[in-house]
Amino acid sequence: MPRIWKFGDSVNTDDILPGKFAPFMAGEDVFQSFAFHYIRPEFAAQVQPGDVLIGGRNWGLGSSREYAPAALKKLQIGGIVAPSFARIHYRNLLNLGIPAFEFDLTGLLNDGDEVSLDVNSGVLTYAGGTVQLPPPPEFLREALAEGSILAFFKKHGRFPGEPAS
Amino acid sequence: MSDPAHRPQTMAEKILSQRGDHVVYAGDLAVVEVDQVMVVDSIAQSFIERMQRDLEALPKYPERVSIVIDHVAPASTVSVAQAQKEAREYAAQTGVRLFDVGRGICHQVLMEEGLARPGWIVLGSDSHSTTYGAVAAFGSGMGATDIALAAASGKTWLRVPESVKVTFTGELRPGVTAKDVALEMIRRLGADGATYQSIEMHAGDRFTRGERMTLANLCVEAGAKAGLVVPGGEILTGYGYDVPEWVYPDDGATYVQAIEIDLSALNPRMSAPNEVDNVYDVAELRDQLRNTPVDQVFIGTCTNGRIEDLHAAADVLRGQRVAPGTRLLVIPASSEVMEQAMADGTLLTLQRAGAVLGTPGCGPCMGRHQGVLAPGEVCVSTSNRNFIGRMGDKDAKIYLASPAVAAATAVMGRVALPEDVVGHAVAAGGR
Repeated sequence: MPRIWKFGDSVNTDDILPGKFAPFMAGEDVFQSFAFHYIRPEFAAQVQPGDVLIGGRNWGLGSSREYAPAALKKLQIGGIVAPSFARIHYRNLLNLGIPAFEFDLTGLLNDGDEVSLDVNSGVLTYAGGTVQLPPPPEFLREALAEGSILAFFKKHGRFPGEPAS
Repeated sequence: MSDPAHRPQTMAEKILSQRGDHVVYAGDLAVVEVDQVMVVDSIAQSFIERMQRDLEALPKYPERVSIVIDHVAPASTVSVAQAQKEAREYAAQTGVRLFDVGRGICHQVLMEEGLARPGWIVLGSDSHSTTYGAVAAFGSGMGATDIALAAASGKTWLRVPESVKVTFTGELRPGVTAKDVALEMIRRLGADGATYQSIEMHAGDRFTRGERMTLANLCVEAGAKAGLVVPGGEILTGYGYDVPEWVYPDDGATYVQAIEIDLSALNPRMSAPNEVDNVYDVAELRDQLRNTPVDQVFIGTCTNGRIEDLHAAADVLRGQRVAPGTRLLVIPASSEVMEQAMADGTLLTLQRAGAVLGTPGCGPCMGRHQGVLAPGEVCVSTSNRNFIGRMGDKDAKIYLASPAVAAATAVMGRVALPEDVVGHAVAAGGR
């Protein structure tokens, strides 16, 4: 069963993947093994597909580097739930198809708690019950329906929400 | 796009309305034309992969795309060299601009080349792309996917941001710089105080273009999508910009927050580890850190690697020597800055004081090569981030300050103010 990995406030992109372990420096195949290298060195070795990350305020502040979320994608995390996200990182998460929910679970769940997260409905189930997480912004759902923003653009030649010319 | 029937607009709303096909306000979704797309070496491979594999597209307007090799320049490993080689080949094949090793830091280079202009939208694959707000361009950082989409389509989509209005009053005292103003602004707003928002700075005719770049650059450290400085001073007269009348914010525009910073009350500022909004008076930290040796001082980066920054450092370092046990690294932000500093003797002054000079580029700012910190080392840097592990080991400590404070620190070997070295405050750019 997927587990919770709980983090504090202001987890930045250097925390998620230190810049010096970018794919073009560490290697395309192994860079994900440096996720949370300094703040939770055991993370990459122990995380299981579907595990859910819970963060505090301002998750993902810092760099625009998309390889921070790319590392999490490679590790197949199930989603990230935080009361607020930094904007560049939030866009990157959704662009890579990593479910990100703006919601505060820090008082409810603890590190290691077993959960299941239904990404489509936003329902998170834990030992004590269920939580309905808010859906992604409306204008993104059109893109997600095609699989990703890249797939949407390739198919339609325009952005979601943009009138067809 | 200027219709008197419309509600008054902020600068961000103005620019996004002008570059889209209808008038937009905060909260609206806007699809807008992009005037320049900037790609740095560290995402070049992902960018090329998105373009060729995922989108099967060529840049729609090659002349609107620039690739800058600056983050690890020259290359430090074979894999970096390979990534940079691919970037060069891609530029040659597609006709996009390439600024190769040594030309300088992306934001500095684009400004020098006139690739950011008032009213433009400039997207960069680097979070400090807010820098372009110095000349009233809507500059914003995005990841490789968004950057590739912008290159392929010539457009991007944005949620029109709310704006924070920052008004500067009074005049800076000697020795207090735009860096200090920016750090104070971040302290007041907090590291997430302007998330999803634009910071609109009302400075009148104060500040040079370089100082405005420092202000706009650091807006992302408050989480901002863009940091726009209302045009004034040498932006109107000094660089031949065409500043359109529509770019100015309307009276009565709606702001989510308004703060005022009295420049005359400001002292030199310093961010202590490990967050940029952890800001103190330098004098206070100097006393606290009296017995803490500083191992490395770094003067450079997109925040403070310009000619006026090197001048401010040289004014402190002239005739002085860097303290034994302290290393001083100086990396000019661009080849143009380096040439100017060479021609006017600034580099000689720095070299004689014991500085180590590097190739124009980002240098040690993100710990990928050059000047990496060992466990337990302390660095005072003119850069923009002091996150854990940013410049090397996780147990290294990074303090952020102005070039004058950094230079004074290098001479004293511990946190210091310029007056500790030269007996009086040193103005930015030797004014």
